[in-house]
Amino acid sequence: MAAEAAYKGRQLIAVIGDEDTVTGMLLAGVGHVDKKQKKNFLLVDNKTTVGQIEEAFLEFTTRTDIAVLMINQHVASDIRPIIEAYDQAFPALLEIPSKDHPYDPKQDSMLKKIEKMFERD
Amino acid sequence: RSLNQAVLQNVNKAQIKVKTKNDNVAGVNLPVFESFQDGADSYELAGLAKGGQQLKRLKANYQKAINLLVELASLQTSFITLDEVIKTTNRRVNAIEHVIIPKIERTLAYIISELDELEREEFYRLKKVQDKKKKIKKQKEEAAAERKAKGLDTADEGGDIFNEDHDEDLLF
Repeated sequence: MAAEAAYKGRQLIAVIGDEDTVTGMLLAGVGHVDKKQKKNFLLVDNKTTVGQIEEAFLEFTTRTDIAVLMINQHVASDIRPIIEAYDQAFPALLEIPSKDHPYDPKQDSMLKKIEKMFERD
Repeated sequence: RSLNQAVLQNVNKAQIKVKTKNDNVAGVNLPVFESFQDGADSYELAGLAKGGQQLKRLKANYQKAINLLVELASLQTSFITLDEVIKTTNRRVNAIEHVIIPKIERTLAYIISELDELEREEFYRLKKVQDKKKKIKKQKEEAAAERKAKGLDTADEGGDIFNEDHDEDLLF
């Protein structure tokens, strides 16, 4: 099936988040820089523009070697419309809390989609 | 702060990667993510300078977090995949229920009505034949009785060829 081909070969975990989140993840070993110097993470600080975040999101979700994309929830809220429109099965999109922004399930796009599915059933 | 810088600078190859396996659940192919260590730990020597213990714990915690998150990601993707399958199955059910079954039912009804019609026609024909036979029989008996009364019939009479008994043509 086409779906199977879609996730074979996806191996990396990508991160879009603030300094603490990204550092922690990199420390755990998630970070990857390939031959073309492309990174699988984006550090978002107060100088990062929404455009840059969008760009990174688009890049990570269209790359074929990323299986999971983690994004701080407050950063996700900055690009909320794009997140809401995201409907690919791969990479899996996970909203994670940051040190200053605890997890709020009401904002999680995934949970909203899942709720909708249950309503339909 | 300097630690963060050091960590950021030192990225080369990812050590934690994700493997995808295929799980078959009730006939649906579901992807399952599994995290695994790939190669040496880049940051093995990190934190030897200061706060090494804390760093070790921090690293371990983040790794645990990642494992849980990978599991969560698996469940999420399974969910989305299953949802697609459910939608497809629903479409199939609707098509069968509203198109295919009515068509077959109509064909069935038609066949039954045709058979009924044929059966009725057969009945009618049968009745007609029976009636005609009865009528002919009655006519013959009356004719025979009449001739006897007139004393025309004797046991010897062979009759001429023209009176020979032959099957009446059934005319309607």
